[in-house]
Amino acid sequence: MTVIYSAKKIITMGRNRPTASHVAVRDGRILGVGTLEELSGWGEAVLDERFADKVLMPGLIEGHAHTMEGSFWQFTYCGFFDRVDPDGKSWVGAKTIEEVLDRLSKAEALLEDPDAPLSGWQLDPLFFNNKRVTRQDLDSVSTTRPIGVLHASGHILNVNTKALELGGMLKPGINHPGVPLGDDGLPTGELKGPEVMSPLGIHVGFDRDLQACDESGLKAFGKLCVRAGVTTTTDLAARLNPEAVDMMLEVTGADRYPARVVALRYFMGMTPQELIDEVLALKARSTDRLRLGRIKVVTDGSIQGFSARLRWPGYYNGAANGLWYVSPQQLSEVLKLALKNDVMVHTHTNGDEATDLVLDTLDEALKEHPSRDHRFTIQHCQLADSSQFHRMAKLGMCVNLFANHHFYWGDEHYRLTVGPERAERMNACATALAMGVPMAIHSDAPITPLAPLFTAWCAVNRITASGRTQGHSEKIGVAEALYAITMGAAYTLKLEHEVGSIEVGKRADFAVLEDDPTEIGGEKLKDVRVWGTVQDGRIFPVADL
Amino acid sequence: MNPAPEIARALLPLTILGGYLGSGKTTLVNHLLRNANGLKLAVLVNEFGDLPIDQDLIEAQGDDLISIAGGCVCCSYGNDLTLALIDLANMDPRPDHVILEASGVAIPGAISAAINLLPGYRTDGIVLLADAETIRTTAADRYMGDTVLRQLADADLILLNKCDLVDQGALDQTRSWLTQQKPEALIVETVRAIAPPQVVMDSFLDRPRDALRLHLPDEFESRTLYPAPPKTATDLAQVLASESLGLVRAKGFVTVANGTRHLIQVVGRRWQTSPARPKTPDAIVCLGLDNRTDWNAVEALGLSAGVE
Repeated sequence: MTVIYSAKKIITMGRNRPTASHVAVRDGRILGVGTLEELSGWGEAVLDERFADKVLMPGLIEGHAHTMEGSFWQFTYCGFFDRVDPDGKSWVGAKTIEEVLDRLSKAEALLEDPDAPLSGWQLDPLFFNNKRVTRQDLDSVSTTRPIGVLHASGHILNVNTKALELGGMLKPGINHPGVPLGDDGLPTGELKGPEVMSPLGIHVGFDRDLQACDESGLKAFGKLCVRAGVTTTTDLAARLNPEAVDMMLEVTGADRYPARVVALRYFMGMTPQELIDEVLALKARSTDRLRLGRIKVVTDGSIQGFSARLRWPGYYNGAANGLWYVSPQQLSEVLKLALKNDVMVHTHTNGDEATDLVLDTLDEALKEHPSRDHRFTIQHCQLADSSQFHRMAKLGMCVNLFANHHFYWGDEHYRLTVGPERAERMNACATALAMGVPMAIHSDAPITPLAPLFTAWCAVNRITASGRTQGHSEKIGVAEALYAITMGAAYTLKLEHEVGSIEVGKRADFAVLEDDPTEIGGEKLKDVRVWGTVQDGRIFPVADL
Repeated sequence: MNPAPEIARALLPLTILGGYLGSGKTTLVNHLLRNANGLKLAVLVNEFGDLPIDQDLIEAQGDDLISIAGGCVCCSYGNDLTLALIDLANMDPRPDHVILEASGVAIPGAISAAINLLPGYRTDGIVLLADAETIRTTAADRYMGDTVLRQLADADLILLNKCDLVDQGALDQTRSWLTQQKPEALIVETVRAIAPPQVVMDSFLDRPRDALRLHLPDEFESRTLYPAPPKTATDLAQVLASESLGLVRAKGFVTVANGTRHLIQVVGRRWQTSPARPKTPDAIVCLGLDNRTDWNAVEALGLSAGVE
């Protein structure tokens, strides 16, 4: 059956017909885009005018997120900023520590089991003028039940006294940089870094499998996609063990699952050959809504966690250089095997030294296994300079920049981590485009919220949380930003022949908007309201979630 | 004769084996497993690829655990070292000693600090393997250089491996360079990563004397000290760890001036003491290296039972 939808405007992101008034859909695919008369030429069709007053654009594509955000919403939201949960409830940001504690207390009162842990997420004391949260603060919520609140960055966990007791850490004499001590010689309750968070995490509700997404989490994530206008998303670092894959196939295969999930296998705890073998087997199990067969390699840590690898002169505040999470030899093996077997690799690099390592290593690997169109993508790539972008272009690489970082941590980078000059050119979208590197921009949900229009707003305005503009010269235009969250992201996943624009032959994936992002003005891009999505021709109104 | 019960119920000792790729960690691990002499070793590796354990030692192999002759095991910690350690401490039967083969780019000091947070564990020492052929080049590598230097800085003992593959002149230069990087470094030269188990793990200092004698190569010596009660355990421990004495390891019990008893553990220049109530008399087993250890000074600390 052919359905022709009318719309106030259809922004196609295609060169041929940038805008149109109607789009015809047949069997979940775009039969054509144009005028009603042109489309009627295809034969019998039903005219559906439900979108007559809406603006359609290609379904938005999130090129770097983690479906585990869906699972995180089971915890108590303690963030500074307003955020909408999968069920549409808008959680007002907690602006002070007292408000955070109040929220936790309300959640605590709802817990029936007196021993069950209370877990929170998205805390960020940076927004409380960096007044640190202590175990005594959390004790005011409960001294009998273990409490743990994860920071927005994912690198710090705050716990109460009970949790420290359960973890065997309420004792004097602990000498570890990740465990600050109070005047009483005991830990303050703040735990920095995965090694110290891990042993406590299990006592406060963050169990070992949190990296993997569970069934209810994946379903919740689907709802988040609809709210954000997203029709294709990545799950950028999935463990993808057999049970997880079975679950994901089942959940995404359901009639009304609203998004296509591109899941990348995280390289960890196996040899490069084992990884390739596994990924090739996974590729064979791909379905339309669960695309498998790509790899994610993490090379370094994070800038705000001081674990990213920086070139000279290093961190602005003098902190020691960060950590390598992969050895050059392993990275080389993975890249070579991937090129040889036609498997796409996305590498996480935050620091510019890590970026250099990837560039050098890929350069070498390509000599052994030349590839016309590998499109290996560097994710985050926050500190790359023009010379590095130039090399990326020459090597045939893509980049996915963390535009959201400016808003959430821009002031921190300016003051503390990399200093003013580099902060202004972090996530250099304009330079990337100028150097000809195919570009996408991302949220890295749950680190920052899933909302490509907000991400586009960040790239256009480069405003920090304190309201400063950071790096005028790296701002990009609205058109470029909208391209980045549609065709740009599709290109980094080699899906641009299927999605990313509204053109004949592609999937009927649309973001249905109340407002026109090309007319609302760059400063208001984040305020564009999403009515819902169309994915493979199926309609998902936000109101029905 | 088993170690005194107080030690057995105490924290699970863990040795961190560090060093860049190709330095010989895996070879050393296999050597230790072959010479475990009844000690139940648990080896922790990042991943099982490229077979970390020699085939003939393997009894059974699962996804995350390899069973090894002699009641030893090898586990992969993959994503989460901390949780793997917690699981290991809960194993039944419990291992006697854990060897953590750190990844080639890991910073052993950071791992050690993290392990000391875990109830149930104590770090026995950081043993670092350095490839005599390549260590200086790697330390100058633009990407890995600072990582390698940090590894060296964290080491309690340095095993300078593959000494047979470099000529004497180059070896001397490398030794001298190592000493510059870490002035008090205790360097043991090895070939094919073969170092006596007693050097790598202090649990072997609890073993019966005849086992010690059988396994020590010529350049090593083990003597037992019966020191007079020091003022504090710290005083004696600091002396035993001093560079002038040049001991590789020391471990044992001492009664201090106020009558309390303590356990002293020394590896290279690092020492720890803790209160103890052992059933055996005071004695400290000292492991030394020819041309490095001043046995006269050691003996001056207390009556020795003689060379063993």
